[in-house]
Amino acid sequence: MIEPQAAPAAEPATGQALVEAENLKVHFPITSGLFQRTVGAVRAVDDITFDIRKGETLGLVGESGCGKSTTGRALIRLRELTDGVVRFDGVDLTTLKRDQLRKMRRRMQIIFQDPYSSLNPRMTVGSIISEPIETHNLASGRGKLERVKELLALVGLNPNYTNRYPHEFSGGQRQRIGVARSLAVEPEFIVCDEPISALDVSIQAQVLNLLVELREQFGLTYLFIAHDLSVVRHISDRIGVMYLGKVVELGPPAAIYETPAHPYTRALLSAVPIPDPRAERRRKRVILTGDVPSPANPPSGCRFHTRCWLYERLGRPENCRTDDPELRIVQPDHRAACHYAEDAMQSDVGVAHIGAEPIKRKAFGAGPGAHKPVADDSVPATLVTGVAPDEGTGGGTGGSGTGGAAPPE
Amino acid sequence: MAVQSTTIDRKLAERPPASLWRDAFERLLRNRLAILGAVIVLLLILLAVFGPFITPYEYSQTDTQLVREARGPANPGEAGHLFGTDILGRDLLSRIMDGARISMTVALVVQVTVLLIGVPIGALAGWFGGRIDNLLMRFTDITYAFPDLLFIILLTVVFKDTWFGGAMDGLLLVFVAIGIVSWVGVARLVRGQMLSLKETEYVEAARAIGVPDRKIVTRHLLPNAIGPIIVAVTLGIPGAILAEALLAFIGIGANPPRASWGTLITDGQTWMSSEPHLLLFPAIAIALALLSFTFLGDGLRDALDPKLKGKQ
Repeated sequence: MIEPQAAPAAEPATGQALVEAENLKVHFPITSGLFQRTVGAVRAVDDITFDIRKGETLGLVGESGCGKSTTGRALIRLRELTDGVVRFDGVDLTTLKRDQLRKMRRRMQIIFQDPYSSLNPRMTVGSIISEPIETHNLASGRGKLERVKELLALVGLNPNYTNRYPHEFSGGQRQRIGVARSLAVEPEFIVCDEPISALDVSIQAQVLNLLVELREQFGLTYLFIAHDLSVVRHISDRIGVMYLGKVVELGPPAAIYETPAHPYTRALLSAVPIPDPRAERRRKRVILTGDVPSPANPPSGCRFHTRCWLYERLGRPENCRTDDPELRIVQPDHRAACHYAEDAMQSDVGVAHIGAEPIKRKAFGAGPGAHKPVADDSVPATLVTGVAPDEGTGGGTGGSGTGGAAPPE
Repeated sequence: MAVQSTTIDRKLAERPPASLWRDAFERLLRNRLAILGAVIVLLLILLAVFGPFITPYEYSQTDTQLVREARGPANPGEAGHLFGTDILGRDLLSRIMDGARISMTVALVVQVTVLLIGVPIGALAGWFGGRIDNLLMRFTDITYAFPDLLFIILLTVVFKDTWFGGAMDGLLLVFVAIGIVSWVGVARLVRGQMLSLKETEYVEAARAIGVPDRKIVTRHLLPNAIGPIIVAVTLGIPGAILAEALLAFIGIGANPPRASWGTLITDGQTWMSSEPHLLLFPAIAIALALLSFTFLGDGLRDALDPKLKGKQ
């Protein structure tokens, strides 16, 4: 299934930030009545601060409605910020005038989730891809056509398709057209808003590989939004976990997957089934109870405390209800927004299976991949919290994975 | 990644490109009722344009022979009048042909007025939203709530003696008046289209690229909204023709001796028992025109937006 050719960029970019978000807030007003009086706000993104380094791929995961997409759009100013600052290469985007912003748009682009609604059905592929070229006066006449063909070839499509219409293509091909459109302006930064979630599983890997190749070729910086933990792990240099409009944990994949410091991250990981029966038996599940609270009226203090297993385990400490935890450093380059991150790290929730003897998998080939724990095995580990399909099997704390159960073959 | 050349790809490369318009046209051609409607509409348009050159008589010309004989109107087929004559000895066929001219002009002028008012108002409201949307839509509601007939009569009274009131035998005023009371539907339609289209990801992509607003509206929004607009306009034509006929029926509209189909029906009903053809032929003409436009409009809707098929 998903088996990207390239691992995360060899040298994780350090230091220089390309995109910086500072106290980013995006609230959507709730209006009611005849005069559209504002009666409240949906706090889609509520005071988050992070940066994306040059050449890095930052993965952003979280449940639906947690504000990932809004964050991505706010970073390239497709959504107006309610408050806060977004800097791109040191330039404050929020204060830019219309024309200056338009020039900046050359440097940042977006790839959308739905390849069906992201292409104008009345325009040919040629005019879709040449629109950015025309808008920024990058080429004209013959040169423009050449450039369009070059871009089509670059994303693996037949360059002679310029006079075709989007509905003549499959989902994967359309997504490639979308990628070509965003590459047309030679951007440095691309927000990939769940670029493969809407695609067929067999096509996902192809598009993912394309994105990875383009990253290597052009030194692109990605914000990769997804709800699939395994995909994000594969291609990210760092991963941010969002919950209800906040970034709750931020760090390199190894830290996030092996020593997660936020109870929410641990709960998520514990819900991922492991395609290794021995490890699967050791998996400790935490089933989150209740629904995600409304972002229009988030809980006080730590937003996760209403559903937090650690909060219960620690005897409901008061500061979880009263103080909003900061995103603080818990390990080098690893931040978490939890008052009790250290306690969370000491538990084995979500990581209990790590270290289990890997079963020799003849059928799949026992490559080096077999040592990678957790969601490495490309089971589309959708971030579902709450009810799990395998309830009852995962709760066991069995460290005795020596039973005669052989892998199903 | 290398260029993929699967069989599907090759098939695609061989086929001529199919725009949505071409697809829609092919779907339309397959709809027999719509084609019948289109043919009749086309005939009516030809009649309206070339009618004066092929009519056997002037619409206002009295057959003096008949009058001298002091007998009533000629029956259909009598004395060289295919549809007979009215009580003043005027050829009914010629008068219906002239009526077709009026009805087709109604269709054109009313719908142009509707588009000129409805599309900008709907587009502005939908695109800008917020306060502007509120203002324009409340104005639209008020227009909708105002009694149409009263408004048209007021307008005709106010402008009666001006140039505008006299243009086209007094018809232009009536047409524009009808247009002014019927743009509401189109404005709401365009607004709705704008609201839904501006949230689409391709519009967002255009914004991310930095395409100026004006171009987003003209390149992305309007071309995608145009299908429903065409349908609404086509389906609005029967209403306009009917409205004109209704106004003519109560005596507002063409100055005599010009007569629209509505006027002919008014005249005809007076003699309904003795001379049924005076009522029958104009009534058939009007019914035929209404049906044709409705069939064509339905066919266009099915062709342009297959998803809507069977609804409304």
